[in-house]
Amino acid sequence: MEQNLLLTYLLFTPIIGSVVVLFFGKTQTKFIRWFGLFVTLIAFVISLVIYFGFDSSKPQFQFVHQVLWISSLNVSYNVGVDGISLLLVLLTTFLTPLTLLSTWNAIEKNVKMFTFSMLFLEAGMLGVFISLDIFLFYIFWEAMLIPMYFIIGIWGGERRIYASVKFFIYTMVGSLLMLVAIIWLAVYASGITGKFTTNLLELYKVGPTIPHQIQGWMFGAFFLSFAIKVPLFPLHTWLPDAHVEAPTAGSVILAGVLLKMGTYGILRYCLPLFPQSAINFAPLISVLAIIGIIYGALVSMVQTDMKKLVAYSSVSHLGFVVLGTFAMTVEAVQGAVIQMVNHGLSTGALFLLVGIIYERTHRRDIAYYGGIAKIVPLYATALMIASLSSVGLPGLNGFIGEFLILLGTFKSSVLNSWWYTVFAATGVIFAAVYLLWMYQRVVFGEVKNPELKDHLTDMNVREFVVLIPIFIFIVWIGIYPNTFLGMTEESTKSILHHVSSFTFDILK
Amino acid sequence: MINLIYLTVLLPLIGFLFNGLFGSRIKNEKVIGIIGSSTVGIAFVVTLLAFFETLGLPVENRSNTVELFTWLNVAGLNIKFAYLVDQLSLTMSLIVTGVGFLIHVYSIGYMHGDKGYWRFFAYLNLFIFAMMNLVLGDNFVVLFLGWEGVGLCSYLLIGFWYDRKFEKGTVPEAAKKAFIVNRIGDFGFLLGMFLIYYTFDSLNFTEVFNKAASFPVSEATFGLIAIFLFIGATGKSAQIPLFVWLPDAMAGPTPVSALIHAATMVTAGVYMVSRAAIIFASAPTVMMVVAVIGLLTALMAATIGLVQNDIKKVLAYSTVSQLGYMFLAAGVGAFSASIFHVMTHAFFKALLFLGAGSVIHGMHEEQNIQRYGGLKKYMPKTYATFFIATLAIAGIPGLSGFFSKDEILWYSYANGGIIFWLIGVITAMMTAFYMFRLLSLTFYGKERFDHHHVHPHESPSVMTVPLMILAFFSAIGGYIGIPEVFSGEHGNQFHNWLEPIYAPAIAKLNSFGFHSHFEEILLMVLSVALALSAIYFAIKIYTQQPDIAEKISARFKKMYNILLNKYYVDEIYEAAVIQPIQKGSEKVLWKFTDNLIIDGAVNGIAKVIYAGSGFIRKIQNGIAQFYAIIMMLGIALVLLWVILSL
Repeated sequence: MEQNLLLTYLLFTPIIGSVVVLFFGKTQTKFIRWFGLFVTLIAFVISLVIYFGFDSSKPQFQFVHQVLWISSLNVSYNVGVDGISLLLVLLTTFLTPLTLLSTWNAIEKNVKMFTFSMLFLEAGMLGVFISLDIFLFYIFWEAMLIPMYFIIGIWGGERRIYASVKFFIYTMVGSLLMLVAIIWLAVYASGITGKFTTNLLELYKVGPTIPHQIQGWMFGAFFLSFAIKVPLFPLHTWLPDAHVEAPTAGSVILAGVLLKMGTYGILRYCLPLFPQSAINFAPLISVLAIIGIIYGALVSMVQTDMKKLVAYSSVSHLGFVVLGTFAMTVEAVQGAVIQMVNHGLSTGALFLLVGIIYERTHRRDIAYYGGIAKIVPLYATALMIASLSSVGLPGLNGFIGEFLILLGTFKSSVLNSWWYTVFAATGVIFAAVYLLWMYQRVVFGEVKNPELKDHLTDMNVREFVVLIPIFIFIVWIGIYPNTFLGMTEESTKSILHHVSSFTFDILK
Repeated sequence: MINLIYLTVLLPLIGFLFNGLFGSRIKNEKVIGIIGSSTVGIAFVVTLLAFFETLGLPVENRSNTVELFTWLNVAGLNIKFAYLVDQLSLTMSLIVTGVGFLIHVYSIGYMHGDKGYWRFFAYLNLFIFAMMNLVLGDNFVVLFLGWEGVGLCSYLLIGFWYDRKFEKGTVPEAAKKAFIVNRIGDFGFLLGMFLIYYTFDSLNFTEVFNKAASFPVSEATFGLIAIFLFIGATGKSAQIPLFVWLPDAMAGPTPVSALIHAATMVTAGVYMVSRAAIIFASAPTVMMVVAVIGLLTALMAATIGLVQNDIKKVLAYSTVSQLGYMFLAAGVGAFSASIFHVMTHAFFKALLFLGAGSVIHGMHEEQNIQRYGGLKKYMPKTYATFFIATLAIAGIPGLSGFFSKDEILWYSYANGGIIFWLIGVITAMMTAFYMFRLLSLTFYGKERFDHHHVHPHESPSVMTVPLMILAFFSAIGGYIGIPEVFSGEHGNQFHNWLEPIYAPAIAKLNSFGFHSHFEEILLMVLSVALALSAIYFAIKIYTQQPDIAEKISARFKKMYNILLNKYYVDEIYEAAVIQPIQKGSEKVLWKFTDNLIIDGAVNGIAKVIYAGSGFIRKIQNGIAQFYAIIMMLGIALVLLWVILSL
């Protein structure tokens, strides 16, 4: 039974690390940086051990570790992973050290506090993905807001206060409704089973028995919270501001992992807890998702700020994930799950790349650049690969996700109309428009500003070390996605099976 | 060698990786060029051996699958990375690697001295890699991988000279236009694939086509699938309404125009339609659409070609026009004729482009044919080969283009009707005319260039030898497809070779009326006579009396301007599609909806709450007496309520 503690080790590695950081002197920046990297690498290694010990042929939660925590409320510390959460855990532990490495030069102000925040953030994200107790989940969900708030508010750009407060309030509003719903759910469960419980697996049995009308409200409360995080149109306006003001590391984590907590939440909570409502709301939500796909792409197209362009592209990409989730076919949901990872990799890489030239010139406006292919050829190549991955070129990761989502949506009996796919697939065209147009204006042409020749230097070794691992996975998922799809297939099927077992009458 | 077919994909990939990763550090052009060319050359040899091996097999065993690994496996969806080696894919592979190899060799000379020499060969190899996936893939998804891959290479190679201007815009703009217009087509292709999977529960060619031949699927479904796939084809193969990118693709280096935008990639749409012949044949209405679009594209592009002055532009519109013929053939059910024309066109059009490249090379990058003239004596080899290609495309009997074009015209008459034939022949006349106009203005007549600055010279043999080889095939390439009317009982060899691929489709079409050999020969003679007269006038006007051309264009000024400006299609798209989307996105979506409405609402709520709390705060004024009064009032109200409810 010893290996069941692995998830706990994983979770507490960054927590302990963050506490230890507090004991270092403020001026030991170099040491703190290395220490932070070291801690996150240990977390990555532990997650790999979990990956190799994971049996993907089983749909059940594995590495479960449960300890009674608040006995009067029957709340326990309960963690475990299935294929989907493990994949996102790996994404988190993979991106965090890379992100820290990317800040080597960018963050100079208060490195101690920054490293503390990043480690704390990692713990929060991991907690969200591995919690099997809804109360525990909520604690991590909220706890994560704090370091992110600081990362934007302290190390951000000029309008950082506006952006961080907007981020905080937006998410807080959603969270509070979810808290009310969680309490209601636990109380309701005590009425059914005779005892107050926050255990997710028990709630899975209770949730679907909630009467129709009330279930809709419960679903709505959970969904609103997740939809803000995703963000789903029209709740997305915090995102561009947060991204633009956040430092590169913040943007990468925000896009790479934080947004996935929303889509993960939908898959883990909204669908299995309230299956009937999920099916009832699926058409409406899918329409919003598709609006997001097209809207995000079109608004992205006309941005003048590179970072804002990438930020809006997230709205478009995450629209695909939400659409795939609510199509509720194995293909579509598998596509949605892999697309969460894809978006983390491609958009993460894009933010890193924007950060690389921003560090050198302190400019993000597209119009300032032009012709940099001549000055920084390696950078131009890297930006091309990241853009193509985001465009969804077959052979790279983005295609796998989009293809599965669209294919699965097409045959979805929940949505039951081709029009969803027809409209969503236009996103394939628009993605090419906004990314290639940006690429053309930034990279191609004559060198527009002669001063660029002095300021802009090509990528250094450290930046390579950060990007190469991401590119490896971009190609890996593109060529051999089965490594990852195989990991999540049973879990996906199990969720869908659960949903359909309660909604047989609705679907017929 | 069939089992080693993956080498034809792998070798160009290795070439790409090698030149892409290390090319910038290799200072020796020869090393780069030889590696780039030899990978494709070996691929050609492998293909050739696989071809002969297949030829040696009995007809029923000529379709073989080589499986590499499982690409995508989700629920019922199982996509293998596998190659289908059959008559059709081998034919296409021979064209791609064969013509591809020659163009690689030619590029060694043509790109000499270019800063991006290594990049050029890396991209070319990547292109061959993608194109081989396209033609060899045994399912729609691998085909699509190649399809998008060639699109990417096309993008990279059109934009190769990314810092140059091109016409009214820049080179990168032309490249982006190509990619995006193609993506519009891909949108259709994707939907087609989804509908195929939805209908047949598979995306594997063999499974889908077997089911398509036997399943009771409605004609409407077939029609929808076919039209979606055809939308994809109009993008890649530059047909109405998505042809607009191809003329701009001429911004790329000339070998690229020859390889990608003439011989291989642009025929991908024809290949796809031909591969899915059974689906198209099951939807007669869509077949008609394909034929009509092909015919109209052929005619429209030919009319534009009549007046263009840029040597590559003429050839570009000619390509669009010839691709139209191929779709016309497919649309009337003559699938093997369409592939036959893909092949002959690959020879003579690659030759024309490479010849044009040789001329441009010798004329110091000048591309305006009005500033050429009399080049015959300066570039004898280029001239001789260009002349053969011109004869071939004009449909002069005995040369390759004659056989394939004639077959298409015959089938368009036999299966489509006299109108199809007539428009086809008019287009053929125009083709002969604009090609001989091009030939005359370039190689004959007065020298119209500035002798002080321009010193025309023949290209080195690394460029002219590929020209000669292509000229050889442009001349004799048609003899493998001699029509039955001449070859007698053996029939059309090319047709016989491909026949098993199309048998199920042809069985469904079942509409071949009986026509006599007399009719066939009569129409043939007629079309040749018309082409010859067009040639006569073209040579006459453009070598001896250039003033006639000017008079005609002055007389029909309006028409001339419309043609010169390509029917203003680009301008119409710009005003009707691009501008509204761009302006709408900026003004309506971003600045209005996002910033004003949504953010306004969010910030508005915040303001209301702020103002509200400001008001409530006033109540908390810290004066105990005030609190006492409120308390008393409260108690009084509660008491009142209790008393009243008694």
